[in-house]
Amino acid sequence: MSTSDYDPACLPDLLPIYYRRLFPFSQYYRWLRYGGVSKNYFQNREFSFTLKYDIYVRYQSFTTQNELEKEMPKMVPYKIDIGAVYSHRPSQHNVVKSGTFQALEKELVFDIDMTDYDDVRRCCSAADICSKCWTLMTIAIRILDRALREDFGFHHLLWVYSGRRGVHCWVCDDAARKLSVAARAAVAEYLSLVKGGEETVRKVVLSDPIHPFINHSLSVVERYFQQYAIVDQDILGSKESVDKVLALLPEDILSFPVDEKDPMKQWDRLCDLVERKKVKAKKGGQYFDKEIMLQYCYPRLDVNVSKGVNHLLKSPFSVPMISLICEELERPRADEAEEDDMKDQENEQEAGERRRIRDYKRTSLAKYVKVFDRFLEAMARSRKGEMLKKSDLQKDF
Amino acid sequence: MQDSKKKRKKLIGNFQNDLYDQCLQFYGQPPLENISLTEFETFAVERLKLLKTVENVGVSCGKSSEQYTKKLDAEISSLNFPHRGGISEYEKRRKDHISHFILRLAYCQTEDLRRWFIQQEMDLFRYRFNCLHSKHKTDFLHKNNLKYETVSAEEKKNLKDKLIASSYGLSGTKVEEHDVYKVPFQDALDLVRTRKVYLLAGNAYIPHHEIVTIVLNDFRTRLSKALAMTARSLPAVQSDERLQPLLSHLSHAYVGQDYSIQKNIGKISLEQIDALSGKSFPLCMRHLHKALRENHHLRHGGRMQYGLFLKGIGLTLEQALQFWRSEFVKGKVDADKFDKAYAYSVRHMFGKEGKRTDYTPYSCMKVILSNPPSQGDYHGCPFRHSDPELLKQKLQNYKVSPSGINQILELVKGMHYQLACQKYFELTHNVEDAGFSLNHPNQYFTESQKLLNGGRDIKKEVDMSQRSQENPASVTHPSQANSKQAHEEMGDLDSFFQDE
Repeated sequence: MSTSDYDPACLPDLLPIYYRRLFPFSQYYRWLRYGGVSKNYFQNREFSFTLKYDIYVRYQSFTTQNELEKEMPKMVPYKIDIGAVYSHRPSQHNVVKSGTFQALEKELVFDIDMTDYDDVRRCCSAADICSKCWTLMTIAIRILDRALREDFGFHHLLWVYSGRRGVHCWVCDDAARKLSVAARAAVAEYLSLVKGGEETVRKVVLSDPIHPFINHSLSVVERYFQQYAIVDQDILGSKESVDKVLALLPEDILSFPVDEKDPMKQWDRLCDLVERKKVKAKKGGQYFDKEIMLQYCYPRLDVNVSKGVNHLLKSPFSVPMISLICEELERPRADEAEEDDMKDQENEQEAGERRRIRDYKRTSLAKYVKVFDRFLEAMARSRKGEMLKKSDLQKDF
Repeated sequence: MQDSKKKRKKLIGNFQNDLYDQCLQFYGQPPLENISLTEFETFAVERLKLLKTVENVGVSCGKSSEQYTKKLDAEISSLNFPHRGGISEYEKRRKDHISHFILRLAYCQTEDLRRWFIQQEMDLFRYRFNCLHSKHKTDFLHKNNLKYETVSAEEKKNLKDKLIASSYGLSGTKVEEHDVYKVPFQDALDLVRTRKVYLLAGNAYIPHHEIVTIVLNDFRTRLSKALAMTARSLPAVQSDERLQPLLSHLSHAYVGQDYSIQKNIGKISLEQIDALSGKSFPLCMRHLHKALRENHHLRHGGRMQYGLFLKGIGLTLEQALQFWRSEFVKGKVDADKFDKAYAYSVRHMFGKEGKRTDYTPYSCMKVILSNPPSQGDYHGCPFRHSDPELLKQKLQNYKVSPSGINQILELVKGMHYQLACQKYFELTHNVEDAGFSLNHPNQYFTESQKLLNGGRDIKKEVDMSQRSQENPASVTHPSQANSKQAHEEMGDLDSFFQDE
């Protein structure tokens, strides 16, 4: 996902167009309404906007899709964050009796940020990403997606590129939205294997018995490790980086020759060396090679993002995905436009919808909205299933 | 909830015997007898002592370690609470029952108090439940009508390997012979958090010997509800003049000094901070300060821990803003961006934004137990969160003696993080005994300032110079020690720190 076309200076001109013609309001509303099963679920949802000149406003809320469609093009947020569903309308939080305005529900979210991997990637740092280190995101998504579905039994996961340097996961199941702070923290910690800050060298420690979750995760990491770490990142390619790897081994393997040209062979030699030492060592169950693989590849998530029920996270369809859209807008299809303009006179709202649909379908936004649609369909089906079950139980035919 | 115990009638002996025939209870029913005010007060204070011990021992030792068991055993005996189910425990069990309900009155009022109370009562319950024999555990479940869903024999067979790999101390035979329970993962958070249980499709599969987790969850839920109810009937109790002062005293007793009220506002100037960080900051704050100076940045966890500490030592909001802005501006953040992005959070710390909560500086317990640092973080407790090797190097850089470093590392190995920090205090201030029990970074600072600014008598100063002569590896050189003493007597803070 190249960001080379993205020029923030264009934003003031392009954003209004984005909101007027491309932002998928009806899908967005459909998502956050969750079938209207809970009263006022959409109305009590907090949004926060970052406006021009970095002005930040919280506690925005809307009553209908219509209001959303009218307000957003007016306010033109540069960034949209989604917060919790509160006990009252967020826009009225000041007039609510103190202590009674509470965050009630929110999706369970995860934020995988590339900067958290700076100590183990050599190709980029900070907010840069390239195709080499993007593999880390692939690994993260595969591991977390499996665990959230198979271990925790969640079904409705939305994976979104966060627009700059990582990915977000929105777990939208009913049960997920109702989780307490303690439960969210517990899930995030269950999923955490890389622990420690600047002061910890060996960040992954494995001991018997190895939990099935770790085994599943290892099988994903093992699929990618050689190509990603040994070849692309070349972690055994220089003395400096070899030393970093050696620092993770509890044994004193003081020097390891860097003369071998083939990085794969280097890795094999290192593993051999470790195997031989393992045989001599007293305690069984040492997993140095696995620990190294995990430290270099396993997903690093920020528990604090997942913990808070009221934590605000950047919304899907918030810019700057706009770089993808810029190009297409320059080339409108004249004939189609005319035809629809005739129909426009009949019904402004329908026209707006049609224009919007027509527009985004011609942009790369289309395929993302398609994915989003499928996601929404799945949730709707599941809700229907739940309601049928409930009404069956009540013998309500 | 039934309020004052005074107004209940006495009961027949038999009933009471039945009531206390088990060592451990769920505190479902309040006591129904009259007790004297003296007993009321004594029981309450003793239970509070017990709960505080539970808290302290929990922080300084791992909760399942041998040391933990020993210490708690000793404390429970000495305070006369029911222990491992002796025969003549009637009086102790009665006290246990009554004191629990009294403390509910004191600890139901705020979210913080409730959380603390529930945490300690849970730890105590877990400890006592684990002391029961397996048969007594089953009895307990029966007596309290606790029935949990068990896994079918077939499912057990299919999952056997996974179960064994997930739970410590579980063998194939155990899986076959004993029940395995299946509960929604939300009911077994402690096991989920530490990944000590097998999860499938949102359910946690818990072997029999871990049943305490589920029971604890039940305990927590019930106690939480009960406290909410208690809070509602509290006004009636508080109107009783005999009880009100005691209850209020009890609920403040645990908090201790929280440094929310700064005594020295504005007495520290920003220029002094570098020097102070070497002399009077605990290691965690010295570390954060250094990282800030080097990187011109700190992440959120570090900003909170360090920022609140600075507030606690007396920085005003204006000073804090200047401090953070001047440092961040040296890095990648320009003044504008600072004002937009970071100033808000500094003001927030001082209670000038949002809920306007005036946040209190973190205690050692909080730093050690919550929000462990990750990649790119410099917060936390170095004694808890640093690799021993790196800790050792750092202490060497700070010129702590080798023997001193060893003592510190020993304490760290035994998980006595606060004691290790205290030892660091003693070594860097060249005293044998810190003279206080460390539980708050701001306390470290205050005590350090007290020590360095006079308030020490001549005898101790003589001892100090003697010791520094005997011990060549001590932190201060003899000549410096003398001039320092002179400055101490003058009480002149600025010139004292000039040599840093």
